[in-house]
Amino acid sequence: MKHKGELTSTVVVSNRISEKKGGRTNRNFRGGEALLLGSIIPIALVLVWEILSRIGVFPAYQLPAPSTILETIRQMAQDGSLWNHIGITTYRVFVGFVFGTIAAVILGSLVGFYKKAEQLFDPMIQAFRSIPSLAWVPLFILWMGIGEPSKVTMIAVGVFFPVYLNLVSGITGVDRKLIEVGKMYGLNTFQLIKRVILPAALPSFLVGLRSGLGLGWMFVVAAELMGASKGLGYLLVLGQNTLSPETIIASIILFAIIGKLSDWILKLIEKRALRWQDNLVQS
Amino acid sequence: MSLEVRNVSRSFDGKKAVNNISFFAEPGEIIGILGTSGCGKSTILRAISGLDSGYDGDIAINGNVEKEIQDTTGFIFQEPRLFPWLTVLDNVTFGLKGDKDDKITSAKAYLKNVGLEESGGLYPRQLSGGMAQRVAIARALVTSPEILLLDEPFSALDAFTKMQLQDLLLDVWRAYQSTIILVTHDIDEALYLCDRIIILRGQPGELHKEIKIEEPRPRDRASKQLAAHKAEILESLDLNLKTS
Ligand SMILES: Nc1ncnc2c1ncn2[C@@H]1O[C@H](COP(=O)(O)OP(=O)(O)OP(=O)(O)O)[C@@H](O)[C@H]1O
Ligand SMILES: [Mg+2]
Repeated sequence: MKHKGELTSTVVVSNRISEKKGGRTNRNFRGGEALLLGSIIPIALVLVWEILSRIGVFPAYQLPAPSTILETIRQMAQDGSLWNHIGITTYRVFVGFVFGTIAAVILGSLVGFYKKAEQLFDPMIQAFRSIPSLAWVPLFILWMGIGEPSKVTMIAVGVFFPVYLNLVSGITGVDRKLIEVGKMYGLNTFQLIKRVILPAALPSFLVGLRSGLGLGWMFVVAAELMGASKGLGYLLVLGQNTLSPETIIASIILFAIIGKLSDWILKLIEKRALRWQDNLVQS
Repeated sequence: MSLEVRNVSRSFDGKKAVNNISFFAEPGEIIGILGTSGCGKSTILRAISGLDSGYDGDIAINGNVEKEIQDTTGFIFQEPRLFPWLTVLDNVTFGLKGDKDDKITSAKAYLKNVGLEESGGLYPRQLSGGMAQRVAIARALVTSPEILLLDEPFSALDAFTKMQLQDLLLDVWRAYQSTIILVTHDIDEALYLCDRIIILRGQPGELHKEIKIEEPRPRDRASKQLAAHKAEILESLDLNLKTS
């Protein structure tokens, strides 16, 4: 982005532009180089692991070879169960994430905008926050059974707190000086919220969303470990019960991949929404 | 528009910050407010703007006593205060109402006035300090404020940019005949720009002296008359002399 700005502000001289273009490809190449460097050690480790497994240093019933794990994933993909498990887990995280975010946005805006609401709700929410969220699990299961509602609720609880806290601090932290500028232009309260406070609180809100999503993935594991007949968390339990470590590790790897993928999507949104920021997305 | 400040006092937590200030600005007049730090210059400006309504006394615009924020009043703050999420162009159109194309056209005209017609697509983080301040000036001027309040608008700039922007302010003033209240620490700036200079003194700040600068514009920054005024102002600001 910075590059683009420089371009528009320089006097347009053609050889200067080509110089810049050269700079850009160079930078892309550097990105590739960084990727390459970063993957050397993981690839080497996987290779060593594969070799050690093949010659029998790691017993297969404890740590199967990477190729075995890949084969497990491939088989599940072939008989279709893989998509089923991934689908249901992603679905749970997504629904929990949406509900948790909605609740956080409603309560967070109230608390952020109204002093009275802050005095009313915030102490209670802070008190609830100090309870480790997983401690709710038995209660939710007792209330809602072992089906979807209790799982989604758990995930939503996990997502709620980071989103709520970041939104509130974003709203209350808006620079008063900018609000004064808005007032000088005769904006009413609603316009002030829409045109000044919300955009100013957006970065903090997006940080909340990303850490909320991370917690969502953590909580889906817990929820599915409690009892489920489908999902990646169920694969973990299944692998444990059938003594097949390759299923467990396959599930872990899949968690890592879709977790990273969903975070990447949010990061992309963040990058687009916060183009104006000085320090672009700190990963 | 004329502006009248009548017996304005302002206390913070029972402690007086300014005491009984009165002055009158003719339509199209440029008034400078000078005074040592903490004597209440910003406080008066905020009262006039309507951002602060906790003062005693009256402020009348065109003869009407008002406490609310007027949308005919523009305020250029000491810092640029640009919205970081808006481009330069969007920052300038921020306070405009009406048709989008019209807004963009007039914003572009003002950006050109401040010498930034090329920079409309940049974000504030990409601007230098002086550019940002010029954007803030364009943003305040584009709404054609009939009263323009400036709180040390050029104080953070280097001498050269400062002089450029002072001349720009005079150009704009000539074109739109705004009434301008300029708070400044810089005596030379006040002498160069103002029709009248009001000197505040003491804590709480009180009106100490009004000096009329008759020199025709364009003024010579180094002229003898201005130097004489400068000596007079320095003398009145000197807190060791007893007030009379
Ligand atoms: N919001 C506030 N709360 C309490 N006291 C204040 C507030 N604003 C200003 N004051 C007090 O009022 C007095 C005048 O402040 P003001 O900001 O008007 O000074 P100033 O003349 O603009 O000074 P400077 O030249 O340093 O900007 C100061 O003593 C300050 O402490
Ligand atoms: Mg001040």
